[in-house]
Amino acid sequence: MSTIIEARSLTYTYGVGTPFEHTALDNVSFRIEEGEFVGIIGHTGSGKSTLVQMLNGLVTPSSGEVYFRDKNIHDKDYKLRDMRFKVGLVFQYPEYQLFEETVYRDIAFGPKNMGLSESEIDDRVREAARFTGIREEQLEKSPFELSGGQKRRVAIAGVLAMRPEVLILDEPTSGLDPRGRERILELIKSYHRERGTTVLFVTHSMEDIARTVERLIVLNESKLVLDDIPENVFLKADFLDSIGLDVPQITKVFMLLSEKYGINIPTSVYTVKYAKKIVDELMAKGEIK
Amino acid sequence: MIKDITLGQYFPGESVIHRIDPRVKIILTLAYIVMLFVAKGPIGYGICLAALIYMIAVSKISLRIILRSMKPLLFIIVFTAILNMFYIPGRILVEFWILRITYEGIETAIYMALRIAMLISGTFVLLTYTTSPIMLTDGIEHLLNPLKKLKFPVHELAMMMTIALRFIPTLIEETDKIMSAQKARGADFESGNLINRARALVPILVPLFISAFRRADELAVAMECRCYRGSVGRTRLKVLKMQPLDYIAICVSLVLCVSIILSAVM
Ligand SMILES: Nc1ncnc2c1ncn2[C@@H]1O[C@H](COP(=O)(O)OP(=O)(O)OP(=O)(O)O)[C@@H](O)[C@H]1O
Ligand SMILES: [Mg+2]
Repeated sequence: MSTIIEARSLTYTYGVGTPFEHTALDNVSFRIEEGEFVGIIGHTGSGKSTLVQMLNGLVTPSSGEVYFRDKNIHDKDYKLRDMRFKVGLVFQYPEYQLFEETVYRDIAFGPKNMGLSESEIDDRVREAARFTGIREEQLEKSPFELSGGQKRRVAIAGVLAMRPEVLILDEPTSGLDPRGRERILELIKSYHRERGTTVLFVTHSMEDIARTVERLIVLNESKLVLDDIPENVFLKADFLDSIGLDVPQITKVFMLLSEKYGINIPTSVYTVKYAKKIVDELMAKGEIK
Repeated sequence: MIKDITLGQYFPGESVIHRIDPRVKIILTLAYIVMLFVAKGPIGYGICLAALIYMIAVSKISLRIILRSMKPLLFIIVFTAILNMFYIPGRILVEFWILRITYEGIETAIYMALRIAMLISGTFVLLTYTTSPIMLTDGIEHLLNPLKKLKFPVHELAMMMTIALRFIPTLIEETDKIMSAQKARGADFESGNLINRARALVPILVPLFISAFRRADELAVAMECRCYRGSVGRTRLKVLKMQPLDYIAICVSLVLCVSIILSAVM
């Protein structure tokens, strides 16, 4: 595996010299390997959105550097615009950025900016629509006639159509009902599986992230506090609690079982599937009934 | 770039300048502006400048912010200064081709630039930076009250101003966000000819208008939910009342105005 994105001591301060001065990011470093599925989690205002906007050069860090494929993206002759096609960023509440007359043309905005041929654009738009579950007849509709969840999928399709090497999604499930969340998560997972794209998934919900990611980066008050596989992160339930984050429900159940009832089970369980397996095993061994 | 626009921005504080009654502040700002045009020569300008420096120092607004607020108008300042430099007749300093620069021209150019710069920073410090938008419109409403007799919708006008001022920063922030989002999809706002650049604005303006209308709609509903019916029978939470501080401010300003006028006529 090779490193695709590297963040080196990223720091960012808003409103320098005003009474509203605020450090949104403080000395954050990490590496993202090619093909990884990484979750970035932190409470509201911990700097997640600021961080991801730095990764594709939309926000210039006050200090520190971002490297994409070992090249500093803030070098003078670095082609930032081309890089943005490779590092696709889906903003928080992306449905408010739709502007075209039809869904089709909105999805085609990115590929068109890349200067691709008509047929290539058509290919990509249809593929992105298929991935996001946008039906053929919806493509000719106005995006403003769609529901919130559908708009969100159109906006995600608009970034997928650029076929980025890294896909960054800033809270793609916020404000959706459980079914809508599930569908978005599912589509991202299957996109990752089929294309092998590197994915960065920002959220403040552990529930969302637990079943999806291979690695977790935890931000707290502008600082990176944990960077580990989910099992190890969820072992620190008390710490997570102290920084305003939650562990998944199923992990809580297992912790309770282990603490209060002295049942010998791993407390790093975070998916229902794995939990079921363990319970089945215990049942087979006759330890619980 | 777009973040540099600090118009309508209020910096909360507890300074003397912050505490002056908004009505007094509005009148004093008007007086200050008039004085800038009345003032002649070093004494008049000196008094205005001293007053400005005092206000900036007391209000604790950082110089950086004040300079930044002048940035969008820098072009106008420089442009008027240069025009003045070349067009004022008088004793010639240098001359080449059809251009000639005179001593009087340079003097006028300096005064002109100083005047515009002081006008902008003075009104910003006295009004927008140190007065909350609510206080400001309250003050305007009070001052315009006599017009109510002529059936002029004073309250409605003031309310519209409050809302407009309140939403300037929000809209700027929103523009910034939408711009970033479209840039993430490769939108290019900086290159190309005029037509291309104008066309590049569509992806920003459409979402911006839609969200502005949505906000307006939400706000209207929220106001109706609280039974807003205009000025009829409306009372205030904070009633404006003149304090000793306000009278002191008026007296001091009066003295300054008189000295500026005297220095100009003499
Ligand atoms: N344009 C801005 N000007 C000033 N401060 C800002 C600006 N944008 C963000 N901030 C501040 O920076 C901090 C981090 O913001 P950021 O949007 O990165 O948080 P976040 O982790 O994405 O939060 P959320 O979960 O609410 O999306 C916040 O405290 C916020 O108040
Ligand atoms: Mg955010």
